[in-house]
Amino acid sequence: MLIATICFYLFSAILVASAALVIAARNPVHSVLFLILAFFNAAGLFVLMGAEFLAMVLIIVYVGAVAVLFLFVVMMLDVDFAELRSGFMRYLPIGGLVGLILFAELALVAGAWTFAPEAASATQVPIPDPRQITNTHALGLVLYTDYVYLFQVAGLVLLVAMIGAIVLTLRQRAGVRRQVISRQVGRTREDSIAVVKVPSREGVS
Amino acid sequence: MTIGLGHYLTVAAIVFTLGIFGIFLNRKNVIIILMSIELILLAVNINLVAFSTHLGDLVGQVFAMIVLTVAAAEAAIGLAILVVYFRNRGTIAVEDINLMKG
Repeated sequence: MLIATICFYLFSAILVASAALVIAARNPVHSVLFLILAFFNAAGLFVLMGAEFLAMVLIIVYVGAVAVLFLFVVMMLDVDFAELRSGFMRYLPIGGLVGLILFAELALVAGAWTFAPEAASATQVPIPDPRQITNTHALGLVLYTDYVYLFQVAGLVLLVAMIGAIVLTLRQRAGVRRQVISRQVGRTREDSIAVVKVPSREGVS
Repeated sequence: MTIGLGHYLTVAAIVFTLGIFGIFLNRKNVIIILMSIELILLAVNINLVAFSTHLGDLVGQVFAMIVLTVAAAEAAIGLAILVVYFRNRGTIAVEDINLMKG
């Protein structure tokens, strides 16, 4: 239990610190790298809570896909990031005020709420004993049966996002020679070569 | 001292607040704003998983997975729009994005 407590404080301290550095770093590349660190520590917290599958998915999806996508875009765009940061100090008071108010409200909520009496009996799918059935197995048993429509809709969302991203960023440049396979295959002997009868000592004009 | 639901909710609240704070602080840089949105969604996921564990209900983790899907889709679309915008205008400053103001 002591090790779990130490791990919780370690993970959450690094998570909060790296989340603060994401928004405060001067270089956006450093911001992305701190975001990756934040995701890793959040995955550690998920493991502590017993959601191993979500922790691994968080690392694979966020670190492997989303953060790398951010890194690509940050490095690809040729932007003067120092100029973009110029309003940082100007927005600090109002941003700090809004953040403080929001955090105070969240603290008030966290301090005052209690579970409804029927909350304990409203459990839809109880978490099985992890010694008998793993978290991944239990999640699969629920996700592919009771929530299969939700799962399909999630797949559809990803499909639409993929098509949308491709449609947005694809562009046809003029003047670039491309391979058109149908035209290559459709070539016939008649429109490709011409047999010319060259008279002697006259050449081809 | 055992770690309960309140500890996880506190961490999630701090991360959520940092995300909101980041949106206000980096009002000119869309990339940092998108990263702040990712932080906010991460905080929501921590909340969902914490409640799922505390109440012993697996459905919270299913929700968290759906939120993860939407976050990935949102990042892909947002960055695609950003790339197209940069290609057309040569800048990503938020103040210059006023084409639809009328």
